[in-house]
Amino acid sequence: MNSQVMTAKNTNDLPVVSDRLAHNAMRNVSERVIEGLLFAAAAVSVLTTIGIVYVLVSESIQFFANVPLVDFLTDTQWTPLFDDAHFGIMVLVSGTLVSSAVALLLAIPMGTVIAIYLSEFADSRVREIAKPVLELLGGIPTIVFGYFALLMVTPLLQKIFPELPGFSLLSAGLVMGIMIVPYIASLSEDAMRAVPMSLREGAYAMGATRLHTALTVVVPAAFSGLAASYILAISRAVGETMILAVAAGMQPNLTWNPMEPAATITSYIVQVALGDLPHGSIGYQTIFAAGLTLILITLVFNILGQWLRRKFRENY
Amino acid sequence: MQQTALTTEQIRALIARGKLKDTLFKALGVIFLAIGLAVILLLVIDMVQKGSERFTADFFLNFASRRASQAGILSAWVGSLLVMLVTAVAAVPIGVAAGLYLEEYAKRNWITEIIEINITNLAAVPSIVYGLLALGIFVYQFGFGQSILSAGLTLALLILPIVIVSTREAIRAIPAMIREASMGCGATRWQTCRYHIVPYAMPGILTGVIIGLARAIGETAPIITIGALTFIAFLPPVPFAAQTDGTTAGLFDWVVSPFTVMPIQIFNWTSRPDPAFEINAAAAGFVLMVMVLSMNGIAIWLRYKMRKNIKW
Repeated sequence: MNSQVMTAKNTNDLPVVSDRLAHNAMRNVSERVIEGLLFAAAAVSVLTTIGIVYVLVSESIQFFANVPLVDFLTDTQWTPLFDDAHFGIMVLVSGTLVSSAVALLLAIPMGTVIAIYLSEFADSRVREIAKPVLELLGGIPTIVFGYFALLMVTPLLQKIFPELPGFSLLSAGLVMGIMIVPYIASLSEDAMRAVPMSLREGAYAMGATRLHTALTVVVPAAFSGLAASYILAISRAVGETMILAVAAGMQPNLTWNPMEPAATITSYIVQVALGDLPHGSIGYQTIFAAGLTLILITLVFNILGQWLRRKFRENY
Repeated sequence: MQQTALTTEQIRALIARGKLKDTLFKALGVIFLAIGLAVILLLVIDMVQKGSERFTADFFLNFASRRASQAGILSAWVGSLLVMLVTAVAAVPIGVAAGLYLEEYAKRNWITEIIEINITNLAAVPSIVYGLLALGIFVYQFGFGQSILSAGLTLALLILPIVIVSTREAIRAIPAMIREASMGCGATRWQTCRYHIVPYAMPGILTGVIIGLARAIGETAPIITIGALTFIAFLPPVPFAAQTDGTTAGLFDWVVSPFTVMPIQIFNWTSRPDPAFEINAAAAGFVLMVMVLSMNGIAIWLRYKMRKNIKW
């Protein structure tokens, strides 16, 4: 029997109706509360970003109150913990850029070739095995790669270049490159597999070989995906910490020569954190200024990458 | 330019050259793949060889020591497990809830867009920056200190994008008819999520959580940045156990205890000049690799099984 009919008949039945209405109202309230909670969870990611910007900027402002920005950008020495303190960030930036360049010079060609091979040449059985194996390689902790760079790759390189010191940007960069290969290979392969088959069939019908098709049809069509994987690779290389802290030495050194040891932005932060710097000291603030520089470098590469993607995007 | 017709031989030569290039490229691809595989093998073999003499029960049950042959990884693996516990407890509910909100509740507006762009960008932020965030906010602002809590929360923020993205992918794979059927029976949106969407998306969510935790357990930089000590020769207090000072530990005292984790222990041993510690680093590195790779292996297996089993 319908409750509304009942109400019309007998006012004593009202509690039944209000019970149902109350139940409905409760349901609506709890639905609202739950939606609010879920939204709060989603907002945590935004709060994280705000937190990062707040921490980096607020500590950096205090830092730049003591150190002029011009000195920060142009000084050629980085000795923040000495009595004669110098704060030339270029010293750390050079280490970061050189090691990243070494890593990318290895990882981009290697990753792209593996991606083309897996997407255009390999049969599905090889791909089914190769992709998980690459994922495992990408999952190895960076500290283990650091061990690998310092105790295995460096001795190996010293046999080829006897003058190579025990710590060098070269061996750290090469191992970093190996670490990045799976990211590039996996993302680029996804991008190339998303290229419609009809484009390839068109090329094959014109008599193009597999390689010719891959390089002149598939790669240009997937370029925006490739660019995205390269941007991620650059972010990884610039932000990589442990391999460099272990294998590249931690002394600040303004150099563009990969055969030398040098500190990077990230390994400097680790070095300071290992010591016991008082909260609020200038040394403590330097790591936030260094962190801000790191984020800005990543940002510049990301914007550059976005621009590249938009410029070369192909529609089909 | 004058184009003359090619003879049959010339065409054959052209085809042969094209095929040769194809084969050469294929070989290059196989070689590069093999290099990746060789690195994994080389690493594992080297670590097992160097570290084999340290694979004893003592190694797992001893604290770090100044004497390499007596040093063990007890505080490190216990610390890693506890940090992972905090990370999972923080990251799983928040990540799943966020994924659920974005897939099932969010309206297409600028707020949603900001959240989505933000999650994508967070995934590209270097992990050490999370360490700086934690140092400024958790350690000093909130006063958690250099504790298991600070480390666990830091790593939770780090893996949050991974959990969110995998949750969303798993939810997106559930066809609309499931929702329609549930709501058609009078279920509310939350009841639909609670009894249908989340359970069906569980394998996918679990895969993402395991991959996230595997990433977190190997992370070194953010934990060093919050200033975790490297020499810890004690375990966090067990709940309700008697302490050396006569008091009883509270249920959550371990959360604010100082700690060390596996990657920091390895870093510590790797950076010592004494080669005797190299053996310890190799052994500990192998243990960490086994932890991480088996977690990843489980995730890959889970995904593979899922792809096979589910037919809507």
